[in-house]
Amino acid sequence: MDALIFLIPVALGLGLLGLGAFLWSLKTGQYDDMEGAAERILFDDENEEDAGSPQDRS
Amino acid sequence: MAITVEKPHPTGTDLFVREDKGQAKLDLVVEGMHCAGCMQKIERALNAMPGIGSARCNLSTKRVAVTWPHEQIDTGDTPLTADAIITQLSAIGFAAVPFDPKLVGAIDETEANRLLRAMGVAGFAAANVMLLSVSVWSGLVSDMEMETRSLFHWLSALIALPAIAYAGRPFFLSAWSALKVRTTNMDVPISLAVILASLMSLGLTLQNAEHVYFDASVSLLFFLLIGRYLDVQTRAKACSVAQNLLSLRAVAATLVDADGNTRMVPVETLAPGMTISIAAGERLPADGTVVSGASDIDTSLVTGESLPLAASTGSKVFAGTLNMTGPLQVEVTAKDDASLLAEIVRLMEAAEQGRAGYVRLADRIARAYAPAVHALAAFTVVLWFALGAGWQVSLMNAIAVLIITCPCALGLAVPVVQVVASGRLLKQGILVKAPDALERLANIDTIIFDKTGTLTLGTPELINRAGVDKHTLTIAASLACTSKHPLSRAITRAADGLPRLPLTDITETPGFGLQATHQGESIRLGNRAWVGADAGSATTGPELWLKHGDKAPIPFQFADQLRPDADKTIRALSGQFRLILLSGDTQEATRHVAGQLGISDWTGTATPADKIARINQETEAGHTVLMVGDGLNDAPALKAAHVSISPASAADISQTAADFIFQGHELTPVADAIATAIQARRLVLQNFGLAIGYNVFAVPLAMAGFVTPLIAAVAMSSSSLIVTGNALRLSLKKRQG
Repeated sequence: MDALIFLIPVALGLGLLGLGAFLWSLKTGQYDDMEGAAERILFDDENEEDAGSPQDRS
Repeated sequence: MAITVEKPHPTGTDLFVREDKGQAKLDLVVEGMHCAGCMQKIERALNAMPGIGSARCNLSTKRVAVTWPHEQIDTGDTPLTADAIITQLSAIGFAAVPFDPKLVGAIDETEANRLLRAMGVAGFAAANVMLLSVSVWSGLVSDMEMETRSLFHWLSALIALPAIAYAGRPFFLSAWSALKVRTTNMDVPISLAVILASLMSLGLTLQNAEHVYFDASVSLLFFLLIGRYLDVQTRAKACSVAQNLLSLRAVAATLVDADGNTRMVPVETLAPGMTISIAAGERLPADGTVVSGASDIDTSLVTGESLPLAASTGSKVFAGTLNMTGPLQVEVTAKDDASLLAEIVRLMEAAEQGRAGYVRLADRIARAYAPAVHALAAFTVVLWFALGAGWQVSLMNAIAVLIITCPCALGLAVPVVQVVASGRLLKQGILVKAPDALERLANIDTIIFDKTGTLTLGTPELINRAGVDKHTLTIAASLACTSKHPLSRAITRAADGLPRLPLTDITETPGFGLQATHQGESIRLGNRAWVGADAGSATTGPELWLKHGDKAPIPFQFADQLRPDADKTIRALSGQFRLILLSGDTQEATRHVAGQLGISDWTGTATPADKIARINQETEAGHTVLMVGDGLNDAPALKAAHVSISPASAADISQTAADFIFQGHELTPVADAIATAIQARRLVLQNFGLAIGYNVFAVPLAMAGFVTPLIAAVAMSSSSLIVTGNALRLSLKKRQG
């Protein structure tokens, strides 16, 4: 039964971690646009574009 | 060298820019955004603008959020304005209008997020408490020591009590507000069961008892929150669509200053005496009198009449009509109480009250369900007490009754059916705007159709193409393709694939026709008088005449065509429902369409008031009416009917009034929507049946005291799974058919 002393806090800790991650993702608006998120994976040059645009502003 | 840039005059659209922590924020509705390609194009174009902070598309709501630093003192750039952003978007082919968050009062997004947070907490608690409970249940049949069991119960309490206090709030608050006004709703038995079960379990934990019910209360909350969230999500979706529709018509006026400058303003700021300019192809934002310019006005959305009217200096023009051929300047006149729009608004306000009496099926059942459940629980306490059991055992069994009867099945199954049905319709191009629209649609027995734009496409098509030779059609199309007039467009469409001749000196005289020169010969396309054709040989429908050089004029005849599948759809529907045709068009045209489709009950030249009167007459005779219409003149009728459908080409005000909107050239979506609504209702009723059947079986067990936490958990989960699975059959059916 000694194992319970470690296992229960570990199980609860992992659960809380998951809950925290869920609440964080909710708070940062990651569920606001589910359809858009599904389509965004098709963007092929998002990073280049972000890096490139500031130079145009000179 | 630093040049001070004068801040541009704030325009109407800048009223929608919000300021937040030094950042300017603007939300734009972009209805044309459909795919990853559109999103990328929009974001790239906006991010390339100098001075912009960020631009991010939201595909679900069809909106773009743009932010930029509010003060840009040293950059030398012209400060960004809403107009500049809209212009940038229109340059890449997307029409955007600013979104005003104040347009529609309640935004359900925050409510949905609150429920989602509560759901996350309840889910976490349910999973962990269940983990502990399963250990205890296994321990009961093996060799778990009492100390370990007690520890597990205390841990469960530690997790469950805060979680219930947090995640249960939506139910507790709703139940409390119902109790305050001395009524009861579905949330009262739910709250009672959850609170009593938790307090009782805490007491039992203190006494080291064998059974506690923490797992039942948290998993109950978890299931119910899923259902509640899906319900709110459906409503939020409908609400966001309505907001977009309202935004689309909010900013539409181009104001002309005294010194001749123009700027965009919101329609609400227009006042009598102002002069507005309307380009060809735009809708009139207000009633007024033409001060300069000449054009043809398409009134089809307002009156249902399919032929355009000529307008020139001094003509009265009405809001909602479409300016087709030439630019106009219009002086806004006072909102005339006798004007058609005012009449329509008045009728709509009156019609609104008619539908408020509808109570959703689930709510009606809840009204009977809640008292029955309370009575059963009270009866259980009294019975056990009378049989000599202690108050603790009596109370425990009553709580078991409350837990078992908790309407998981009802709370979960109805929203799942709604979500699946709305999703299925959305894929077919049908938008469900009102949350209870599907339920109402399943009850109808009479369908009233409008004619122009509903049964027909609302655009004229060339009907005597066979009588016109290829060369003539080529000449006519070469000239017609320069005009926006619907008859010219019909010729252009009919001559698709034919070459276009090079023409010179093309002029358009609004109200008369087009003129051009080809190889030294003059060509005229327009009405009879324009080409000098004889006044005899009267025809019934709209027509154009072509005169090429000295040759005899050649007529082109047009008619508003039925939607391609109107005949098939109407015949299929006429087997199940009573069909009525009510049109604002002439008796002649209405009779013709009614005859073609085999609708025996028809009325022409119907005013908006006539349409409402007919609907009320049907309603009083005990019929439930579905109204299908698109015109401004149909808007009050769409509100007055039990349920209503509009095509996406309808007037804004009609789309706002309708419960469903369908896209495309076909009429089949109307039949599809009705079929889905009927299937959805069947599934909801089946689920109620399953839920009641489950209660009939489980409640006696609970009253008899046989329900341990293990049995409660199994019974609750299995009943929820069964009804959810049954609801999901709706999406399976689609794949088969």
